[in-house]
Amino acid sequence: MFELLGIPPQALFGQLLLGLINGAFYAMLSLGLAVIFGLLNVINFAHGAQYMMGAFGAWMLLNYLGIPFWGALVLSPIIVAIIGMVIERVLLRRLYSLDHLYGLLLTFGLALIIEGLFRRQYGSSGLPYNNPLPGGTNLGFMFLPNYRAFVVVASLVVCLVTWFVIERTKLGSYLRAATERPDLVQAFGIDVPRMITLTYGFGVGLAALAGVLAAPAYQVSPTMGSNLIIVVFAVVVIGGMGSIMGAIVTGFGLGVVEGLTKVFYPEASSTVIFVIMAIVLMVKPAGLFGTAK
Amino acid sequence: MSSSSSSTLPAAAAPASSSVMTVLGILAVAVLLVAPFGVYPVFLMKVMCFALFACAFNLMLGYTGLLSFGHAMFFGGSAYICAHTVKVLGFTPELGILSGVLFAAVLGFVTGLLAIRRQGIYFAMVTLALAQMFFFFCLQAPFTGGEDGLQSVPRRPLFGFIDISQDIHLYYMVLAIFLFGFLVIYRTIHSPFGQVLKAIRENEPRAISLGYRANQYKLLAFVLSAALAGLAGSTKVMVFQLASLTDVAWQMSGEVVLMTLVGGMGTILGPVVGAAVIVTMQNYLAGLGEWVLVIQGVIFVAAVSLFRRGIVGEIIAIVKYYGTKKAG
Amino acid sequence: MRLAAIFLAASSLVGIGAAQAADPVPVKIGVLNDQSGLYADLGGQGSVWAAKKAVEDFGAAAKGLKVDVIFADHQNKADVGTSIARQWYDIDGVDMIVDTPNSGVALAVSGVTKEKNKVFINSGAATSDLTGKACTPNTVHWTYDTWALANGTGKAIVKNGGDTWFFLTADYAFGHALERDTSKVVTENGGKVVGSVKVPLNNADFSSFLLQAQSSKAKIVGLANAGGDTINSIKQASEYGIVDGGQKLAGLLIFLTDVHSLGLKTAQGLNLTGAWYWDQTDANRKFADEFAKANGGKRPTMVQAGVYSGVLHYLKAVEALKSAKDGAAVVAEMKKLPTDDPLFGKGEVRIDGRHIHPMFLYEVKKPSESKGPWDYYTLKATIPANEAFRPLSESDCPLVKKG
Repeated sequence: MFELLGIPPQALFGQLLLGLINGAFYAMLSLGLAVIFGLLNVINFAHGAQYMMGAFGAWMLLNYLGIPFWGALVLSPIIVAIIGMVIERVLLRRLYSLDHLYGLLLTFGLALIIEGLFRRQYGSSGLPYNNPLPGGTNLGFMFLPNYRAFVVVASLVVCLVTWFVIERTKLGSYLRAATERPDLVQAFGIDVPRMITLTYGFGVGLAALAGVLAAPAYQVSPTMGSNLIIVVFAVVVIGGMGSIMGAIVTGFGLGVVEGLTKVFYPEASSTVIFVIMAIVLMVKPAGLFGTAK
Repeated sequence: MSSSSSSTLPAAAAPASSSVMTVLGILAVAVLLVAPFGVYPVFLMKVMCFALFACAFNLMLGYTGLLSFGHAMFFGGSAYICAHTVKVLGFTPELGILSGVLFAAVLGFVTGLLAIRRQGIYFAMVTLALAQMFFFFCLQAPFTGGEDGLQSVPRRPLFGFIDISQDIHLYYMVLAIFLFGFLVIYRTIHSPFGQVLKAIRENEPRAISLGYRANQYKLLAFVLSAALAGLAGSTKVMVFQLASLTDVAWQMSGEVVLMTLVGGMGTILGPVVGAAVIVTMQNYLAGLGEWVLVIQGVIFVAAVSLFRRGIVGEIIAIVKYYGTKKAG
Repeated sequence: MRLAAIFLAASSLVGIGAAQAADPVPVKIGVLNDQSGLYADLGGQGSVWAAKKAVEDFGAAAKGLKVDVIFADHQNKADVGTSIARQWYDIDGVDMIVDTPNSGVALAVSGVTKEKNKVFINSGAATSDLTGKACTPNTVHWTYDTWALANGTGKAIVKNGGDTWFFLTADYAFGHALERDTSKVVTENGGKVVGSVKVPLNNADFSSFLLQAQSSKAKIVGLANAGGDTINSIKQASEYGIVDGGQKLAGLLIFLTDVHSLGLKTAQGLNLTGAWYWDQTDANRKFADEFAKANGGKRPTMVQAGVYSGVLHYLKAVEALKSAKDGAAVVAEMKKLPTDDPLFGKGEVRIDGRHIHPMFLYEVKKPSESKGPWDYYTLKATIPANEAFRPLSESDCPLVKKG
């Protein structure tokens, strides 16, 4: 860490900002996982595949229907969320009474199917998606592409709105109540199964939204999700799935940590999150924001 | 995770009457002894390696109720150690395999210490993440050869005098290792240790209140499972004469879950059947490219939705059903 | 698998029946490559087509050869690749395996080929070990290798004035080797390496590393990586204005299909080394037109062209020997005969199994210069055959006797 002194503070600022951008993706994905887990008790292994579907959705809307990025930003998550809700109705619903592991296994199978189908259709090399906000601003300490700035702001807004809805509104309170005692909430005349379906759709939609945001920055490729999802799992284990805010803070925080590792010791940047996970498990097994259950 | 949810994994099938089992066992071994004269031996050896791997994995999932999504690290890690010691350090095959198994056991101990702090799906995620960390380690460490892997591992004479360079000779070595591993697992499950594991799976708080240190039992089971997965990985090195990143990638962890699920978790023969089915399928369908991925996914979904007990589990259930009907 | 064996046995019976009539020499070629993964576009079915085309153009039937071409997908797994290779050699009577991208699989198949005394003609894999310390009397490496890429790109760019370099290196053996080889060439030719950063594999975000490259002020940013990593780093370099800022990207392993997937807008100005480009000569264009007709409008990559050229030369050697059974003898014959075909021109197969031909430095066109899809490269420099590949004096191949 003595190399810290060798890095000019401006460069450090730049790297911090970059870390925040990556963290935005972690935060949105782990938020979606946390929302789904909270109500369904299912770890959605297909989350990475749904993120990829979001990106492909944007690509297809542009190339087949001529709908530009801004339209896709709204449409693609909705379409993917609808597909997700169908999956919940047809397949996932039958597993709620069983061990949670079955949900994990089912969604793992779904992830394989989705990835396989997209690879079959579009190959593995990936497809180009043009940057909707070209150019950038020179901040003095770094060149910040406009699009990246947009990603951070957009994901922050989405995360905070989600947090607000779940923690501060009546709808959110139903949701939280249904998590604890579905039978009681049902007794109050609330359609819990429909709420579960909508929640799954919402979580999936968040993943797809992250995918659309990723499309112009990264290559749209069928494998983009499976590489990311394992890191996001580690993020979730670190944060614990107790709170929505926890998922958001851990996501952004780990993005920054990973960003700094890329400067000081890039060889470790792919493993740093896993190392942190191991440490957290030793010190606080329930995760930073989790409560032991 | 709440403990109430952990009771729906299919319970281990009660062993059929032991004399029938013995006869069937002898028959199976006899078939395996002559099989290489009818079927391509390399294919059979591949099936046996994966069958052993799946059996080792099933020791965790089926009998301890813990789903490890990181077993590839023991399989592949052991493969690398075995390949390295045999190719670079000039070990004989048995010493190479032994070093691989030892390494897998130590790795299992370290990761087990961390992973058993969480249960259920958290356990799955933790093992997956640790295995991914190990994957990156293997990718970057110079001795593994990175993307290239370790090739042309020599098949030196076993114990210094048994020639295994011929596929057919090697086959009997692999068969012996497979039977050894299988018997170890069989004995473990039917030992008092295995009974305690089942008790922990069914109701952990009760087992603890009975005075069993659940975590120590789980850790021991994890180390044993890791070591046997390592045995399978090292044996595979001798068959294919190579160790590569494929063996430590997360897809490999997924495949072994699939094999166990399809065959029937918590049954002693299930993983063997599952491994045979999946390996055969991969062989037949190799020409279909990415459809293999789709088909595997479909099998996953179908197994979870339609036959959760797996092939062997369903057969046992049917036999039991008719058995009770006759008796009643 | 037994079914397959029976089927193949049946088909070989038919083959024998036919053989007794005209008594041609049976030859079976297996195209073993990636049909579904990362390398499916640059090899895949296109390579199968190229192999069949070579058989057709050679006029095998008229010259007394009965050639079968089969193919399989190695899924980029070394164990799958060797299983298929063993089975092909042991049961299916394959005489020669061709293509096989992915260095790990290629090295493994090369080992099996030597053990079974067959022939392995590699076009798709990059590792120079195939004709270096892992060389065998049964393997020929046809199209390119890491040494040639590093040498070509490094030398030509330094000569064109790109004398300060910063490397983005994929953090595994392949990336390290590319960086090491290229650095050596750069410094030998009077250039300077001002820095490098090791990037983890499959890392989607390159911005941090690109900023480091940017602040290094190097004229050339060398991309010692492959596949999706290369594509992502080029894409993000354009986003961060690396090329607009006056720096140039040098890709060390880039295929035509990668450029196609990136689009010219992103890839423009990129320098890269290749062995073959479809729009370079009339013969190439003719081959490419036929390829495009059979492959949905795609143009062939250098790997697919290499498969064509390699199979052609192999058939010449088999024709001369009137048998394909002794792999080492066939390869020895291939080394004896000078190579000459419409795509790669005149050349030779060296004692270490290396096919020697010129290499080329290309620059990716601006969108305004391109006449349409697949019109991507301008030729910047030719690296003559005698400089393009690792000289035998530096070889660590055991087949090369040191004088």
